Amino acid sequence: MANKPPPFWQREKYTPYILLLPAILTLVFVVLLPLLFSLYTSFTGYRLIRPESLYQWVGLRNYERIFSDGDFWSAFGRTIIFLTIALNVEFLLGLGIALLINKITWGQRTLRTIMMFPMMFSPILVGYQFKFVFNDNIGILNNALQSLGLSDGAIPWLVDKYLANFAIIFAEVWMSTSVFAILLLAGLFAMPRDPLEAAKVDGCTPWQVFRHITLPFLMPFVFIAMTIRSLDVARAYDIVDVMTGGGPAGRTELLWTLIARTGYDNARMGQANAMAYVSIILSIAFTYYFFTKLIAARKYMGGAA
Amino acid sequence: MMNGALKKRLGAIGLWVLTFILMVVMCVPGLWVVLTAFRPNGEVLAKPPVWIPENPSLLNFAKIFGVGVDQVAIPVPAYFMNSLIIALTSTAVALLIGMSGGYAFARYRFKFKNGMFLGLMLSRTVPGIALSLPVFMIWSRIGLIDAKLGLIIVYVALNVPFTIWLIDGFFRQIPKEMSEAAQVDGCTRWQAFWKIEFPLAKSGIASAGIFAFLTSWNEYALASNLTRSTDSKTLPVGLMDFTAQFTIDWAGMSAMAVIIIIPALILTFLVQKHLIAGLTFGGVKG
Repeated sequence: MANKPPPFWQREKYTPYILLLPAILTLVFVVLLPLLFSLYTSFTGYRLIRPESLYQWVGLRNYERIFSDGDFWSAFGRTIIFLTIALNVEFLLGLGIALLINKITWGQRTLRTIMMFPMMFSPILVGYQFKFVFNDNIGILNNALQSLGLSDGAIPWLVDKYLANFAIIFAEVWMSTSVFAILLLAGLFAMPRDPLEAAKVDGCTPWQVFRHITLPFLMPFVFIAMTIRSLDVARAYDIVDVMTGGGPAGRTELLWTLIARTGYDNARMGQANAMAYVSIILSIAFTYYFFTKLIAARKYMGGAA
Repeated sequence: MMNGALKKRLGAIGLWVLTFILMVVMCVPGLWVVLTAFRPNGEVLAKPPVWIPENPSLLNFAKIFGVGVDQVAIPVPAYFMNSLIIALTSTAVALLIGMSGGYAFARYRFKFKNGMFLGLMLSRTVPGIALSLPVFMIWSRIGLIDAKLGLIIVYVALNVPFTIWLIDGFFRQIPKEMSEAAQVDGCTRWQAFWKIEFPLAKSGIASAGIFAFLTSWNEYALASNLTRSTDSKTLPVGLMDFTAQFTIDWAGMSAMAVIIIIPALILTFLVQKHLIAGLTFGGVKG
């Protein structure tokens, strides 16, 4: 670095930008520019096998085509349903688990550590693990059901339309519930005791205490968890890819697996990029929504949380 | 009085039963994979099922690493090395960039600060598979497909936003006055950073590093499309090689899964406390 540092005012003014420069450059080159390129590609008829088609401008045709495509809409609808069910179940289970662990005094640290593990599992491993659990022939679930005499046939968990979707949601919930549980538990730890005591003295029922004191206090933590989750919802791609590959016959196809199939397997890059943009807007809208909720909740709490 | 104590006892037992069920659901699937890794293949397919391995052995591990026996067709050692090199390099670079950026957010006021922070976070929301399409098109033009460098660059970008978020939170917890005092005593800002703030934030930075390492170690959507051969394929991509065969080698696949899990488990154990603190501070206190 320079032996003679520049004048003080100059340094202070520009330092943050210099410090941030590497991060900005990385993100511009690896995320922003590629996304601009894929935006352009989504208006061309680009196919991987015909490089010259990159310059074939087709306007909005890719978008018109996907919006009039039944497969796209069923994958889109399935993705929305998948996210709605998974996130709500994760939130409710996570809340329940946090309240449960908060009550337990002995072995709490161990429980918390165990809770962290699914978060750190590779989604591909979660997918593999449940592909194995739900396997109709040698899966532990069917084996257990048969040993207990609850079922005599092999239940086709990953083949039947409803069961396969259930299995995928189960895997997703298994993987991500701990994000909610851990953050809500942190929220419970940070909670001031006085309002709780006061409410008890005033004769509130446990439900009233929970509904009007605990839950509002936890809301910022819920929104942090939702924001964090919205950053990685697309990891469900990995799970589905291992467990069913979107099949059988597209019954578990989510938006993300459809993008991969269109882009890489069918080599229709233009169309795949158009779909990718729909998925990006979905993710950004989702994150933005919870982020603004988080800011609002934080203001409401007066920075107490 | 007696009645109250009894009620309390019953409540405690109920809590433990619930917790037990919860732990079973959390642990059994993973445990089953681990047990399978130690079974001979015949036992995996046995009907009725063999619950506890009768002849546990390390044969599956020997097979995937080619120690003492013939190696299975899937070159796991090469994938392992690729994963390690890619994850370590991208973590180191992401940490350097993240420390510099996180320090800027924690210690300076500047124009567009909130906008930049939101921009960083939004860049992270782009689904891996959506990002993989343009990156694939560009990388294939500049020869970065099936190259470790290609994945390393992508993973650095993937890790930078979160690393900045976490490290920002850890620097914020260190009182500004400490480095100001050091500067009054004659340190430059650079020296104050290395002598005062860095040592205090070290464990937090380490946990950000562990988190970045795990993100790279576990990533699949991009890796599966940007890699082709043993030159750059990582373990999660390699795991799918097993399913490409006509009969799935469940035992071998489970052994490989265990290899992928072990670093994750160890590192999670090390990082857990800091991660929760970092996430909640970064998020709530803003």
